[in-house]
Amino acid sequence: MVTLGDYLIVSGILFTIGFAGVMVRRNIIIILMALELMLNAANLSLVAFSRFHVDPSGAPNYNSQVFVFFVITVAAAEVAVGLAIVVALFRLRQTTHVEDITSLKF
Amino acid sequence: MTFTTKSLLPWLVLLLPLTSAGVITLFTRRRQNISALISVAAVLGSFTFSCVIFGKNDISAAEFSWIDIHGVFTVPLAFVLDDLSKLMLLVVSGVGSLIHIYSLGYMRDDEGKSRYFAALSLFMFAMLGIVLANNFVMMFIFWELVGFTSYVLIGHWFERDAAADAAKKAFLTTRIGDFGFMIGILMVWMATGSVVFDDIVAHLSKITSNPGYLTIVAILIFCGAVGKSAQFPLHVWLPDAMEGPTPVSALIHAATMVAAGVYLLVRVAFLIQASQTALLVIAWIGTITALLGALMATQQSDIKRILAYSTISQLGYMVMAVGLASNEAAMFHLFTHAFFKALLFLAAGSVIVTLHHEQDIWKMGGLAKKLRITFATFAVGALALVGCPPFSGFFSKDAILALAYERNMSIFVIGLTTAFLTAFYISRAVMVAFLGKPRTDAARAGKESPLVMIIPLLILALFALIAGLESVAQHFLVVPHEKESVFTVPALALVALILGVGIATWLYRNRERDPLHLDLVRRRFYIDEFYEWLIGATQEFLARIAAFFDRWIIDAGAVRGTSGGIFGLGAFLRLFQVGNLQAYAFLFGLGIVALIYFTIFR
Repeated sequence: MVTLGDYLIVSGILFTIGFAGVMVRRNIIIILMALELMLNAANLSLVAFSRFHVDPSGAPNYNSQVFVFFVITVAAAEVAVGLAIVVALFRLRQTTHVEDITSLKF
Repeated sequence: MTFTTKSLLPWLVLLLPLTSAGVITLFTRRRQNISALISVAAVLGSFTFSCVIFGKNDISAAEFSWIDIHGVFTVPLAFVLDDLSKLMLLVVSGVGSLIHIYSLGYMRDDEGKSRYFAALSLFMFAMLGIVLANNFVMMFIFWELVGFTSYVLIGHWFERDAAADAAKKAFLTTRIGDFGFMIGILMVWMATGSVVFDDIVAHLSKITSNPGYLTIVAILIFCGAVGKSAQFPLHVWLPDAMEGPTPVSALIHAATMVAAGVYLLVRVAFLIQASQTALLVIAWIGTITALLGALMATQQSDIKRILAYSTISQLGYMVMAVGLASNEAAMFHLFTHAFFKALLFLAAGSVIVTLHHEQDIWKMGGLAKKLRITFATFAVGALALVGCPPFSGFFSKDAILALAYERNMSIFVIGLTTAFLTAFYISRAVMVAFLGKPRTDAARAGKESPLVMIIPLLILALFALIAGLESVAQHFLVVPHEKESVFTVPALALVALILGVGIATWLYRNRERDPLHLDLVRRRFYIDEFYEWLIGATQEFLARIAAFFDRWIIDAGAVRGTSGGIFGLGAFLRLFQVGNLQAYAFLFGLGIVALIYFTIFR
C-alpha cells in the first residue's frame, strides 16, 4: 500500500533535486528546467493530498487538482517568458551562463 | 434692560476718549491741531460727566453680557460705581484734563502731535476702564491696555534709542507683575467660580477656608500692583520711563497709572485683608520701596528722575497703608499725591521746555527769578510732598504715619526716615535748580512758559494746597482718623521735615557741584546692573542648554543619528548584493525556510 507519506517523500526528493539544480547549474536554461522540476514536485504533493483527502462519500477533494491545472498553466506562461528573456539576454551578451551576468548588484 | 440717559452716563465717560482716539487715528492724523483739540474736548467731556456721576447717588450703569459659557465662566460688561470708583473717576479725568490742556503747550511744536494725543486719549479710556470695571477680566484687559499706551507714550520720541529702550523696559517689567496678577485672577476664579467682585465677596468663604491658598492668591494679585505701581523689586522701569514727554510722566507715571496698582489693592481689599501674611508682605514691600525710592532720589541729577524716585517712594507709602489694612489712608494719599506730584512734574516740564529740554539740575540754577509762577507752583508741590502743614501732603502722609505708629513700630520708624529723606531730596532739587546763581546760558536766558501751561499749574497748585484739608477732603472721601497719636506723630514728622530741609540747605546752598558723592545710591544700589547680570546669566544659561540640545540631541541624535543609522544599515545590507543570481536564489530559499520555520514551528 502506497501512503501519502511516500508520495510526499518522492515530492520532497524531486523538489530538492530541482533546488539543487537551481543552485549549482551554470546554464540558465538548465536552471529554468530545474525550476520546472520544483513546480512539478509541488504539483505531485497537491495531487497526493487530493487523493488522500476524501469525503465521507469516498470522492476525492478536487480543489487541489484544479489548483494543479493552474500551476501548470502559469508555469507554461512563466517558461515562455523566461525563455524569451534568455533569448534576449543571449542576443545581448552571447552567453547563457549565470556567472557572466553579474550586473545586478550595488 | 432699559437704557436711560442716566444709565448710559458712565459709558459716555468711558467711551468718549476711545472715540477721540479712533477719530484721530482714522481721520485727523495729518491735521495735528484738530487732533489735539478733539482729544482735549473728549477728556473734558469725560470730566464733566464724571462730575455729574459724582454728584448723584442713584446712578447705575447699563450692563451687557459679554462672555457666558453655560454659567461656568461669565464676564459681564458692567461698571462698579461706589464711592471709591467715583473718586478715582474724578481724579483721573480731572488731572487728565489739566494735563491734556498742558500738553497743548508742551507739545505744540512736536511732529507726532496727533499720535501723542491719540495715545493719550486711548490711555484715558483704558485708565477709566480700570476704575470702572466691576470684574477681574475687564480690569485685566484695561490693565494691559494702560501698559500698552504707557509703552507707546514713553516711546513717543522713538527715534531716540533711550526712549525706545525705556518703553520696552517698562512694558516687559510690568508684564512680569501682570503675569502673577493673571494667575491670581485664575486662582480666584478656580476657587469661587466667578470673576465679578461682588460675587467673589459673596463666595469669599470658599477662599478664606484655605489660608495658604488665600495668601498665595492675595500675593499674586499684589504682584500686578508691584509691576504697575513700581514697587520694589519691579520699580526699575519707572525712572527710565521719564524718557517720555513730561506730561506723560505727570499723567501716567505719577498721578494715574502707577496709582492703579494701589486702586487695585483697595478694590480687592476684602481678599487681602483676610490674610495677615499677605498684609505683612504688602506692608513691608511698601516700606522698603518707600525707603529705597527716597534714598535713590537723593543723588540723582536729572530733575525728572528725582521726581520719578519720589513717586516710587510715595507709592511705597500708599502700599504700606494698604498693607496696614487702611484703605482710607491709602486712598487719601493717592488723592493728594495725584495733585501734588502731577503739579511737580508739570512744573518741572515747564522748566525743561524753557531750557530747551535740559533736565540736569546742575545746569539750571537761579530759575526762581526768571520763572516766578513755575517756581511758586513747584514750591507748593514740594511743600505738599514733604508734608509741610497745611499743604495736602501733610495730612495724608500724617494719616499713614499715624497708622504705622499704631500698628507697626518698625514700619513707622522707616516711614519717618523716608519722610526725612523726602524733605532732603526735594529741598536739594529746589535749592539747586531754582535758587543760587544760573550756571548755564540757557538758565540765564530762561523765560516763563505760555499761559496754556501755566493755568493747569495754578489749578493743580490750588488743589495741592487744599486737597488735604478735612473740610475739602471730606467731600471726596473718608478722611482717616487715628486716635492714639494726635500729637506725637505730627510732631515727629515735623522734626524730620525740618531736619531734612535744614541739612539740604546746609549742604546745597550756592553749590556749583554736588558735595556728596555716594556711588551706591547714585547707581541705584546696582539693582539695574544686577538685573542686567541676572537676565544675561539666565539667558546665557538657557541658551547653553538650548545649544547643547540642538547640537547633541537634534543635530547629532535625531538628524545625523537617523541618517547615519540608515546609512550603516544600508552598507551592511549591501554585502548581500553580490550580483550572483544563484546566491540571490539561495538567500530567497533561505528566507522561505525561515518564514516557514517562524510561522509553523514557533
